[in-house]
Amino acid sequence: MLRRQILTGVGAAALALAAFPALAQETVKVGLILPMTGPSASTGRQIEAGARLWIAQNGDTVAGKKIQLIIKDDTGAADQSKRLATELVVNDKVAVLGGFGLTPLALSVGPVATQAKVPAVIMAAGTSTIVASSPYFVRTSFTLPQNTAPMAQWSAANNIKTVVTLVSDYGPGLDSEKAFKAEFEAKGGKVLETLRAPLANPEFAAFLQKAKDLKPDALFLFVPSGQGASLMKQVNERELAKAGIKIIGTGDVTDDDQLNGMGDALIGMITSHNYSAAHDSPENKAYVSAFLKATNNMRPNFMSVGGYDGMALIYKALEKTKGETDGAKLLDAMKGVSWTSPRGPMSIDATTRDITQNVYIREVKKVDGQLYNVEFATIANVKGSN
Amino acid sequence: MLTILLDGIAYGMLLFILAVGLCVTLGLMNFINLAHGAFAMAGGYLTITLMQQAGVPFLLCLPAAFIFAAVLGLLLERTLYRHLYDKTHLDQVLFSIGLVFMAMAMVDYAYGANQQIVNLPDFLTGRINFLGASIGVYRLFVIVICSLLVVGLQLILTQTRFGSRLRAAVDDGRVARGMGIDVTRIFAVTFAVGSGLAGLGGALGTGIISFDPTFPLKYMIYFLIVISVGGTTTITGPFLAAILLGVADVAGKYYVPAVGGFIIYTIMVVVLILRPQGLFSRGPAR
Amino acid sequence: MTDTTMTYQPSPEAVKARAVLLGRSRWGFAEIAFWLLAAACYWLFPTKLSLLSEIAILGLVALSIDLVLGYAGIVTLGQGAFFGIGAYAAGLAAKYGAGVAPWSDPVIGLFIGGGFAALIGFATSFLVLRGSDLTRLMVTLGVALIVDEIVNQTKWLTGGSDGLQGVLPSPVLGIWEFDLFGKTAFVYSMVVLFILFLVARAIVKSPFGLSLQAIKGNPLRTRAIGMPVNGRLVAIYTISSFYAGIAGALAAQTTQFASPDYVAFHRSADALLMLVFGGAGHLYGGLLGSIIFRTMQDVLGNITPQYWQFWLGATLVGLVLFVRGGILGLLANLRNRATRNGGAK
Repeated sequence: MLRRQILTGVGAAALALAAFPALAQETVKVGLILPMTGPSASTGRQIEAGARLWIAQNGDTVAGKKIQLIIKDDTGAADQSKRLATELVVNDKVAVLGGFGLTPLALSVGPVATQAKVPAVIMAAGTSTIVASSPYFVRTSFTLPQNTAPMAQWSAANNIKTVVTLVSDYGPGLDSEKAFKAEFEAKGGKVLETLRAPLANPEFAAFLQKAKDLKPDALFLFVPSGQGASLMKQVNERELAKAGIKIIGTGDVTDDDQLNGMGDALIGMITSHNYSAAHDSPENKAYVSAFLKATNNMRPNFMSVGGYDGMALIYKALEKTKGETDGAKLLDAMKGVSWTSPRGPMSIDATTRDITQNVYIREVKKVDGQLYNVEFATIANVKGSN
Repeated sequence: MLTILLDGIAYGMLLFILAVGLCVTLGLMNFINLAHGAFAMAGGYLTITLMQQAGVPFLLCLPAAFIFAAVLGLLLERTLYRHLYDKTHLDQVLFSIGLVFMAMAMVDYAYGANQQIVNLPDFLTGRINFLGASIGVYRLFVIVICSLLVVGLQLILTQTRFGSRLRAAVDDGRVARGMGIDVTRIFAVTFAVGSGLAGLGGALGTGIISFDPTFPLKYMIYFLIVISVGGTTTITGPFLAAILLGVADVAGKYYVPAVGGFIIYTIMVVVLILRPQGLFSRGPAR
Repeated sequence: MTDTTMTYQPSPEAVKARAVLLGRSRWGFAEIAFWLLAAACYWLFPTKLSLLSEIAILGLVALSIDLVLGYAGIVTLGQGAFFGIGAYAAGLAAKYGAGVAPWSDPVIGLFIGGGFAALIGFATSFLVLRGSDLTRLMVTLGVALIVDEIVNQTKWLTGGSDGLQGVLPSPVLGIWEFDLFGKTAFVYSMVVLFILFLVARAIVKSPFGLSLQAIKGNPLRTRAIGMPVNGRLVAIYTISSFYAGIAGALAAQTTQFASPDYVAFHRSADALLMLVFGGAGHLYGGLLGSIIFRTMQDVLGNITPQYWQFWLGATLVGLVLFVRGGILGLLANLRNRATRNGGAK
């Protein structure tokens, strides 16, 4: 009995969905697949807020079409991402897919995008190889090599001779480790040891102690967005700085979302990244204040601009196609687009479909009683992948 | 070398402090309470809120977290849990997992999904040297508190009237009732203490790990490993097991990183095969 | 079949036992309706086929747990290990066997996946022969965690945390290609589920199945009457891991990849939850549990992508507090009440 009621409920829902395509002439649907629950939930929240902010600021119509945003929770499980992508394409007839919080989630959707010829905008995942895995992938986030190489260059130029790297043991972490090692050793430095901590790991003591015992000039860190706080807490506790080891890393570690709570011990830490909430530009000032207002004071991080710029890219592509939603045409319209985002100038490479953007070297500083990543050097137009 | 040993012990203590409350509810009351992590999370988030919003000193947050979680536990015991004592273990699992899901969504609603951290007071940060090794002051603090707890709990269980009544109530509720022991009240108090200990564990945990809404699930495996390896009939069993597991894990990851991830699980499986009732358990398993 | 049978006079007890055994294997109306309805889903919910095939696969995992838990009384929290092994074995077969005639066929893949899982299941079955519920729970969980770690460590083979990509199974039996709408996937999963269900039904209703239930009821006494308890338990545990392996293989083939998430703790826990939710020990419990659990998750997830877990949790709590024996228990209660009311009138 209960089961039948649920089934009729589902049936009604399915009918309601089936009725939608009739409206599809006026409405363009954008389906975002994000981890809204589970360990990567903060990524999903930031991207959703960023995407919604763009729509709130720029209106929900573009080129005469009404934009409808559909958010789906994949809980961070790749088979769910894939199923939701299929349903969005087949049932909801979305014109564009977007989101993808982690590398495996994006990779699982690749075949769906290819088969359905629907552009998929990667707003978070950062392994360099993803975009090449489907001709319909476009990226508005960043890649790890893109963000890491400038850190290695800066280190080599600033009297750091030996480094130990500690990264999370999965795609982006290994990408980051590889990029750092290659760039740093090409510039004459030496990587003493490459440590990899399991992705789900509450305790870094063994790795940090090992790094400390090797006595490098600096320790390079990468963990995915959301895990920086745990790591830095233990880094502080182990007093690596007192032992003369400089802490460097990608901006994922000093995530704006959590930075303020990490404590003053972080002041002076150097990172390289594509976005800081403290980026000094009128676009960013407007973005940050609007974002804070819209989200009840959640500070925007690099994931949020991925979502914001992802929507920007979709709007710009629709303007170019004059509202035409054919997948191949939209994809073509996305290639080569450039504009000024809150993060600074950015563009979509016409051949690789990956993001080209400025990468900044930043130092953790206290501004108005709050911790920020303050940018002090810019490496312009770094390509996402080759 | 000694540093690694101390780090391992400290990690073990963290595991123990998070698991000790479960040791009380599961071991003494024979109730599979997978929602244990939710009580620990309540203690952790209370500490975070008190410190960040109200500026309450950390040391005051610890008893506050204990009381808060204990009261929460008592309320839930009186309203929900007591209906489940005579149900099967599987029903208990289903029920307490349901509670975990609800707790996760509620914390998410109230605090958001990002990780929350606290900054410890100055006198608990830093490191001190100890026989040529160095250890974080906070880790030492956790080790001391845990040791005191173990001694205290063990004394209460074995030396006090309450302890013997509790053991009687667990062993045979009907006979205990017949002897004039108020079993219902004893169970309620014990459950509250177990939940309170979880809250205290969560509060102490804020000094080392960060909290997010997935906490109860993320650490559930660790609680269960400590309890099952240590055995459920004593408090000292899980205590020793936690030290063993902590040292093995940290040392393993330090010396043989390639197999570091396997160590805890392998120890658990091997121990349980050789001694199904747990390493330090007396008497047969229940 | 000669004189001996002619002269054999069965005792009244034997006749009764025979009737009981035969009666147990007869199909009821509800059962037939269930499977007809399941098949009809193809036309009823053409837009939800991929969710439905996922439900069928989850149902198969829950069924595999039911075989050991509901019929032999072994609690397991490690079914994800066999699911994952099946998924990776079938996934690798499809990936590296592409073009090499028999190896990339999905049906062969099923047997590869199930076979590997059964092998590991057999090897680890000796670990769960003794101990309490908690011990068994933790040993099976430990095995799953170790398998998870192996998957993470053998990046060259499994792709590590990024998952196994490039799994492109050939058309089923060389005829039906996997399509974007999930039509092939649905029919394929349902057929496999149905066949395996029939086999499971035959197993639990056979004397072997009955002996398992005797072991569940009282292992000591069963041993005393000369039943090879350990042998029986090893056999059913191996069969159960074979089932879970096939479910994994189905998952890898229909979603065209495998990830460490397949082996993760929450997979095993979810499958166990679904079974208990539906009601263990009836074969249908796992199927019902997975249908309701996943449908709720999907519907709630669409309404509130952030907080669906709350309502799911509330349902679990309510079910345990007010009903005994899961959804099937609820249905039985309702039916009893209906007949009682009918009688009163």
